[in-house]
Amino acid sequence: MSGSKKVQLHLNVNNEDMHVLVESSKTLLEVLREDLTLTGTKHGCELGECGACTVLKDGKPVLSCLLLALECEDAQIETIEGLADKDQLHPLQLAFAQHGGLQCGYCTPGMLMTAKALLENEARPTRAQIREALSGNLCRCTGYQQVIESVEEAAITIEETENSAAGVKS
Amino acid sequence: MSHREYSSDTFRIIGKPRVRIDALSKVTGQTLFADDISLPRMLHCKLLRSSLPHALIETVDVSRASAHPGVQLVLTGEDFPVEYGILPVSQDERPLCRDKVRFVGDPVAAVIACDEQTACEALSLIDVSYQPLPTIATVAEALQATEAPLQNYAEEHNIHRRLAYSFGDVDEALAQADHVFEDTFLYEGNTHMAMEQHASVAATDPDGRVTLWSSTQCPHYVHRALAKALEMPAAHIRVIACPNGGGFGGKTDPFNHEIVVTKASMLLGRPVKICLTRQEVFYCHRGRHQVTMKFRTGVNNDGKLTGMHLQTLLDGGAYGSYGIASTFYTTALQPVTYQLPRYSWEACRVFTNKPPSGPKRGHGTPQPRFGQEVQLDKIAEKLQIDPAKLRLGMIAPANSLTCNFLKVGTIGLAECIDRVVSRSGWKDKHKKLPRGRGVGLACGAYMSGAGTAIYWNKMPHSGVQIKLDRSGAVTVYCGATDVGQGSDDVLVSLVTEVLGIETIDVKCVTGDTDLTPVDLGSYSSRVTLMMGNAAIEAAERARDLIASAVAEKLEIAVDHIGFAERLVFDVEDPNRNMTFQQAVICAEEKHGTMATTGSYAPPKSAARFPGGGVGPSPTYSYTAAVAEVEVDEASGVVEVTRIYIAHDIGRSLNPVQVEGQVIGGVYMGVGEALMEESGSRRLPPKLSDALVHDNPSMLEYKTLTMHDMPEVCVDIIENPDPNGPFGAKEVGQGPLLPIMPAIANAIFDAVGVRVDEVPITPVKVLKALEMQAAGHDARVGPKAFPNIEWPQAMFVLPPWEGGDGKASNRPERKRAAKMHTMDKVKGASEQT
Ligand code: FES
Ligand code: FES
Repeated sequence: MSGSKKVQLHLNVNNEDMHVLVESSKTLLEVLREDLTLTGTKHGCELGECGACTVLKDGKPVLSCLLLALECEDAQIETIEGLADKDQLHPLQLAFAQHGGLQCGYCTPGMLMTAKALLENEARPTRAQIREALSGNLCRCTGYQQVIESVEEAAITIEETENSAAGVKS
Repeated sequence: MSHREYSSDTFRIIGKPRVRIDALSKVTGQTLFADDISLPRMLHCKLLRSSLPHALIETVDVSRASAHPGVQLVLTGEDFPVEYGILPVSQDERPLCRDKVRFVGDPVAAVIACDEQTACEALSLIDVSYQPLPTIATVAEALQATEAPLQNYAEEHNIHRRLAYSFGDVDEALAQADHVFEDTFLYEGNTHMAMEQHASVAATDPDGRVTLWSSTQCPHYVHRALAKALEMPAAHIRVIACPNGGGFGGKTDPFNHEIVVTKASMLLGRPVKICLTRQEVFYCHRGRHQVTMKFRTGVNNDGKLTGMHLQTLLDGGAYGSYGIASTFYTTALQPVTYQLPRYSWEACRVFTNKPPSGPKRGHGTPQPRFGQEVQLDKIAEKLQIDPAKLRLGMIAPANSLTCNFLKVGTIGLAECIDRVVSRSGWKDKHKKLPRGRGVGLACGAYMSGAGTAIYWNKMPHSGVQIKLDRSGAVTVYCGATDVGQGSDDVLVSLVTEVLGIETIDVKCVTGDTDLTPVDLGSYSSRVTLMMGNAAIEAAERARDLIASAVAEKLEIAVDHIGFAERLVFDVEDPNRNMTFQQAVICAEEKHGTMATTGSYAPPKSAARFPGGGVGPSPTYSYTAAVAEVEVDEASGVVEVTRIYIAHDIGRSLNPVQVEGQVIGGVYMGVGEALMEESGSRRLPPKLSDALVHDNPSMLEYKTLTMHDMPEVCVDIIENPDPNGPFGAKEVGQGPLLPIMPAIANAIFDAVGVRVDEVPITPVKVLKALEMQAAGHDARVGPKAFPNIEWPQAMFVLPPWEGGDGKASNRPERKRAAKMHTMDKVKGASEQT
């Protein structure tokens, strides 16, 4: 039986504090999927090549297959399961659904998390910036074009919502 | 009954851009793919794979592995006495190899343990002793005599199968042509690389029934393979196809790992899971065959083809897989795209000690499409005819038979060509752009579903059941599998349209051999058409039952009953209505428990010669594309700057999804054109000299990233085909076909060199540019087609020469026949 020793780990995942006993050799991907049953995060290679396993660690996109879970002690982790605010979908989720940003949907959680980090740093990214930010997320179905369009649409929605919220306040 | 004409004006769902029904569960991460399934007491399986490309297995000693703590079971080839395979003619696989391994990666043993890590440890404790056999590394080697052929059913040496057909007297057609063009091409093999790694989970119930959840495109074929390989009644086996994280043909074979975990689960009485690593996925392959091709094409000065002779040679890798079908497909569909008065072909598939080739998007047709479209570009160049005009002059009439007795339906190719020509500004660009920039045009056609099943039978290709009850809920059941293409959405939208309700009111259950009627699977672009027709039939039957009950209740003539907006109403006076739920209650009162079925089987083929079962389809889609490229002459790097594409889809059911399928096809085509290649290489002699996969990782196997993907301008041509559901044809595969040749032709337009090979890598472009600079023929590509002893061709007279679709005796009938398009006898032909 695999002999790697178990270690107590504290993570904050999607705003929930989680204490788990994990094997020290496990990656963040494995702990999320196997120990925390957060199977929304996918894997296409487990070698850092495809981006399907992207989650946010302290707001930054990371490849969860390359990160040992132990390196995430006390970190804030955001996964696809936390992207919607209860029953309110994130504008990126809506835009992907509406504009063909997904087909099989297997790359989608990773795409969405990477895109979320992008939009948080760059409210209205250019196409070049979107391509740059998402070029590490491979997709075999869509040909990327509708993914790019989805990100653009989401950026517009977010901006409009913020503007109208600001308008209401002033 | 209440059949009312459907038309684009009255559609409420069909043709409208819509959020696909599975989108929200996918963007929230809730869709369960096979590897997301976890069951109580579940064990994990790992396979020991051969490290040698070709060897006899002498002994497999599993004693140390079995004793490893945490190991529950170790299986070897001895546990699997029965062979299986997707095609009845090549039952050549075993879940675990027994006597022989045939490629690096062939599975030899399986360990089932408490976790993956433990199973991996135990793999290293299995001792296999092999007696190496000579490795067959190339098609050339496979054609040579050998003492140890890979498969004992090979025709000769390592030749899997040779086929030869002649539709009319092609020698005569070429002799009479103004010109004969002769060209050879090479299309390297490549792979699907679906983002999801194959995964399967099996669970046994105490009564002896077993269930397999799997990432498969064809649960029905897996079901059959399990029954055969495990020697148990199919009725006790349930296969559930999980939503696939992409397939592209890579999950259409029944796989050894699926059978292994099913058996293991039955032996242990516990659930067993396997998930292949990405490297294993590359070794499982079943990807695009490498094909060497030679075209001899007769053409008159006016650009009309007189006949074509095509030879293809396929590298099949180690097993049969879909190979015989793939071999037919490298030839059979050629006459669908353009009218071809006479056509002969020879095709040969060989075995090599490499991962098995199989079906990938376009199955066997992208390779010869590349060859013919590049050759047409050469013909246009030589005859000084615009390439678009040349092709417009070759389009067959709608609803006609091809020389090989394929029945084509609607043909939107002319419109497709016109559209890409005008949208791309072709006339101002072709031959007019500065050196280094160019445009190229190409076309293609593809089946909307194979007209014949993998195994001979007279049953439906797709079945649909609909259940309705007093809650107003509608559930539709179909064996079809959503591999990402959106087939669940198609199913629900068709039923929704017919019943006048909303998509949220219709639940679908798909890809489950216990619950759903058989659908053959997600391959050959068959699902929208076949499942769709079955779904419409089932839905219309439900509608008729409801209409008759409502007509009685409201005292309306039954043919005046309408369905829309969740109401069932009098079309003359829509205020006389009831809700859909009330209407179902009426129907349940009148007819009892409500369920309907629909079935679809393709029309009978006109081809009545042996082998004529490959190629027929209820209808064909057509595509045209213009590629714009920039070639950097210093580096040889080709940048595709834009693709204009028009696709004849018959009817677009959901434009968002249709456009996505087109762009996805373009994406894969650009990758195949420029970089995708499944190569192999030998390890250094001191390591083992074994023939291994050259690039079994997503880093080494190059694909386009978001950075590399050109802009795609999509036009959808709608001209409903009577054989399609509401007129729809396929879109999943056709749009890939013209991309590779359009890019090759654009490179010629840009810098005047021909790369008659795919992928067109910078090295090849540079080589061609160097040849050009040195004043030589600026062409990179195979020099010759290998010498193969072909069997006597099966001779079939084309329909316009009096043929009846049967194979005939050649000489008498041939001489009596009149040529179709040529009335003048030409003298000397010229070779180019
Ligand atoms: S699974 Fe992490 S990058 Fe592919
Ligand atoms: S949607 Fe299938 S891999 Fe991206």
